[in-house]
Amino acid sequence: MVFSFDLLLEALMFGVLLGSFYAAVSIGLSVSFGLLDVPHVAHPAVMVLGSYCTYLLAGYGWDPLVAGTVLMAPFFVLGMAIYRFYYETFERRGTEAGVRGLAFFFGVAFIIEVGLILAFGVDQRTVSAPYIGSSLRLGDYRIPHRMIVAFGVALVLTFTLTIYLSKTFTGRAIKAVAQDEAALRLMGANPVRIKQWAFGIATAASALAGAMLIIVGPVEPAIDRLYIGRTFAIVVLAGLGSMTGTLAAGLILGIAESIVLMFFGASWAPAVAFGILLLVLGVRPQGLFGR
Amino acid sequence: MRFWIPAVVAVLIAIGLALSPVNEYFFYAAYIVLTFVVLATAWNILGGYAGYVNFGTAAFFGLGSYTATVLFKWLGAPLALQIAAAALVCGLLGFGVGLLTLRLRGIFFAIATVAVIFIMETLMVNWRYVGGATGLQLLRPEVMAPFESYTRMLFAVMAAMAVGAAALARYVQVSWIGRGLRALRDSEEAAECAGVPTLKLKLFACTLSGALMGAAGAPMPMYLSFIEPASSFNLTWSVNALAAAMIGGTIHWLGPVIGAVILGTLQQVVTVTISSEVNVLVVGVLLVLFVVAAPEGVLGLIRKIMARVR
Amino acid sequence: MSSLLKVENVSKHFGGFTALAGVSIDIAPGERFGLIGPNGSGKTTLINCISGTLRNETGSIVFDGEEVSRLPAYLRTRRGIARSFQVPRPFASMSVLENLLVPYEYVEHLKEADAGKQAMDILRRIGLEDKAGTPSNQLSQVELRKLELARAMAARPRLLISDEAMAGLSGAEVDEVLKILFDLNASGITVIMIEHIMQAVMRFSQRVVCLDAGRIICEGTPAAIVANGDVQRAYLGA
Repeated sequence: MVFSFDLLLEALMFGVLLGSFYAAVSIGLSVSFGLLDVPHVAHPAVMVLGSYCTYLLAGYGWDPLVAGTVLMAPFFVLGMAIYRFYYETFERRGTEAGVRGLAFFFGVAFIIEVGLILAFGVDQRTVSAPYIGSSLRLGDYRIPHRMIVAFGVALVLTFTLTIYLSKTFTGRAIKAVAQDEAALRLMGANPVRIKQWAFGIATAASALAGAMLIIVGPVEPAIDRLYIGRTFAIVVLAGLGSMTGTLAAGLILGIAESIVLMFFGASWAPAVAFGILLLVLGVRPQGLFGR
Repeated sequence: MRFWIPAVVAVLIAIGLALSPVNEYFFYAAYIVLTFVVLATAWNILGGYAGYVNFGTAAFFGLGSYTATVLFKWLGAPLALQIAAAALVCGLLGFGVGLLTLRLRGIFFAIATVAVIFIMETLMVNWRYVGGATGLQLLRPEVMAPFESYTRMLFAVMAAMAVGAAALARYVQVSWIGRGLRALRDSEEAAECAGVPTLKLKLFACTLSGALMGAAGAPMPMYLSFIEPASSFNLTWSVNALAAAMIGGTIHWLGPVIGAVILGTLQQVVTVTISSEVNVLVVGVLLVLFVVAAPEGVLGLIRKIMARVR
Repeated sequence: MSSLLKVENVSKHFGGFTALAGVSIDIAPGERFGLIGPNGSGKTTLINCISGTLRNETGSIVFDGEEVSRLPAYLRTRRGIARSFQVPRPFASMSVLENLLVPYEYVEHLKEADAGKQAMDILRRIGLEDKAGTPSNQLSQVELRKLELARAMAARPRLLISDEAMAGLSGAEVDEVLKILFDLNASGITVIMIEHIMQAVMRFSQRVVCLDAGRIICEGTPAAIVANGDVQRAYLGA
């Protein structure tokens, strides 16, 4: 281990970019799990599905970012369908069924993963774009363009969702339903419709996240397992339902992983997210900005 | 007695099979199915009886394998000692994980157990002594007479372990411990106010569950003559244990046994006839199917059919 | 006279919301104590702190001379504090009889056979003996409330806290439950009753305390409480 401030600074910069990428990837979960309380362990798998759909479209010459944005529409519909099914089968029937809902999503995650293996094989897939492979020179440091793209998208996504949740009527209804479903019902709004809409948004965000995933690096079907740790670590560290908290938590994770990667090597990096997750759950389960 | 007589008979049959001229491949496949039986039974003690669904089976299974490997490499320990040590170490891990995570509700607990898997795997990946990421080749010792092959012996050992696990699960289920676990599963607050020491019972379930899973993992390195982190800590062990228990039925010790036999056998058939990837698809699809349509598992279905017949 | 339960300056917050703000009550052995207050005033929170379901943030809870506020709930039950839940929480996978076996096995440490006999006794007293074998998730609301009370009784407490056990009961049923509570008290059990049914509270209690917004606003005999202006305002919101 060679310690130098140069390396530390590079790790920090990379960490910030990586962290915002992680945050963008976790935003969907912040909504579906953080706000709606759905035990959505299949979130990373759905995101990887988005990555592969992007890969398919990129095969037809589409720019991956454009593909990701376009995919948001069908994924929105998919999200609504998933929530509807989950609600009818599990949430409606009480807490006993809630436990089964967890097993359900676990099963779905595996089905998606194996489906992808059968369709695409276990090899890593990548996409190409003008901003992939080149980097920006900043003095002595080189910042890959694709990381900057991810950083940008992350900021836009977080910003848009935060504004949506606090300024629009539906957005505030979503936050309300997270806090007090009974009160919302009394006001004449249908909480199930609202949750369905929110889950749709979360899944649409996952589509874009999936596009970013394959932009930032190669993707293989089993990569969702690693991201279970990262996304849940971020959502829990942020505090359930906090969008800005997600960005902050993402940055913390990104920087931590980057530093570990730089000074201890790649073989230790996977444990960082899960380690942070356990730490937060053990010490401060409500996270930084929890409700 | 209603349990023990068939149980002893089952073990004797297993030993008899192991000594018979049955095709070697049978033992190779049956060993895996029996491993599933132990894992599913162990999972159900915490996941079914207490209602704490967890994904962490792979952590204990893998640690059991690695404990056995370390003991074998360091001391040349016999299989029995490997199994005992694995059970002890994984029981301790179960206790520790329980202390850390059992205060968490539902999904947090489940995700925390996934975290334990990856942390364990990372530790083993970075440990030179056990071969790091590439793993270790292991040389099996001479097989004990009267068994013809090491695999046959392992089959018999695992059969005995399966019966043992079922016996333990059955005891927990029918005893006052089982009632306390059910009470805390139905309503933890009401259970506490009824005098049930919920944390102690959960820790007990966690420890026993972990120990059994570790014991199941111990003979695996000998079975494969090989050990490496990625397959030892593979999340597939977790989904198999959970699925087998939920497919079979979680309220009775027979459920995981039935589920494991069905799932395990099906997977062996699929692996041979189609591919090993479709294997995992089968687990996922059956899990989702049962969780959605037959939440009480095969046992529940049998009960419903018998009620109609009467 | 030494008190059986001495709650001193207990507070509890949920985030920014103050559920209890320095509540103190003193309950003598054998007393029949009534706790009233509008919805949201903190009654159930107070009971949760006494039973151990929640931890109080400040103050002390002394039961029979022993400080119990650091003890987990199950130990408090074993010391003699039992409570029913306002929203019934049956052990849904068990029959009515089995629900009662739990406290017998865990508080009294009885074997199943003896526990079964005593449990049937309680079921007879409370009018549920026909339903002993019924799965508890098939009971009506009224029967569930009776089961809550029965389960608390099965713990053989010295202090029984009844949290709105009579909600939704008919006049005759209220009388039934009231009689059971009177009998329990006559046999030496101290009873705290939380109710909205005023005539029940007034008939039953020797002393009544009224909570509002986490504070005690009035304490005294039933007659004094009913006449108190603060109490009337708390309930009518004027």
